[in-house]
Amino acid sequence: MKVDPRGQRFAAAITTVVLAAVLVSASPWLLALQAVVFAVGAGAGVRHSPYGLLYARFVRPRLAPPGELEDAAPPRFAQAVGLAFSLVGLAGYLFVGAWLGIAATAAALLAAFLNAAFGFCLGCEVYLGVRRLLPAGRAA
Amino acid sequence: MAPEQVAGGAAAAAVLVLGTVLALVLRRRSGRFRAARSRGVVSAADEAAEGLRLTAEDIGAPLGERATLLQFSTAFCQPCRATRRVLAEAGALVPGVAHVEIDAESHLGLVRRLGILRTPTVLVLDARGAISTRASGQPRKADVIAALGRAVQ
Repeated sequence: MKVDPRGQRFAAAITTVVLAAVLVSASPWLLALQAVVFAVGAGAGVRHSPYGLLYARFVRPRLAPPGELEDAAPPRFAQAVGLAFSLVGLAGYLFVGAWLGIAATAAALLAAFLNAAFGFCLGCEVYLGVRRLLPAGRAA
Repeated sequence: MAPEQVAGGAAAAAVLVLGTVLALVLRRRSGRFRAARSRGVVSAADEAAEGLRLTAEDIGAPLGERATLLQFSTAFCQPCRATRRVLAEAGALVPGVAHVEIDAESHLGLVRRLGILRTPTVLVLDARGAISTRASGQPRKADVIAALGRAVQ
């Protein structure tokens, strides 16, 4: 399945603002909302995430058709990485200590910011590195 | 403001500054070809032993007559599709060049041997399969053509 890359940048921009607001407010509830958004994006695909729907409803109709579509798998994987970090962050703010909440949220913010501002998918970049550390699996 | 809010705000500011620096560095380095190693007098056996020379068996496809563009990709790689197109276009301009794309995940042994950390990584092999140069990140077409020019000499 293909997605409009500009929708990804749009969603990443909203994510950046939300995660920055989480850090400034130290609000676990706002982080929980973002975690739900990540979960929907990872589970159902980025087009069905709330930010993807916002883009399709309000932004895309005002733009020219996309010059190029993108594979949906990389951003979906990145949403799953974002979900993992926001769950760790939630555990931090609620149970472990604010330091863990701040650290995990800051890591997710970095990924969202790089995607929004530079079109760079950090989750995708670390994929092979992580995969290399795992047992050989189906390595040839 | 509570202390965790002050610390959180500082962390957010730090991430935005560091992220910008990181992105600029990555953008500069991305897609640049660099020599596999200094070209000393190395015997063919040494090269093969160090994994610098690849065979058709290694890459699962015949080597190009004069050069091979070897691309490592994964399913979760944004620039891999655009890279595939750049390599196909550049390869078509130089006769005797093969373009081979490998799924990094199903060739982790080769990935580790070659020290590949990111996708896409592009290796330019000469006619014998020796690695002439490599680049990680999406390369520019002109750079690929220049790298091919060096490899087919």
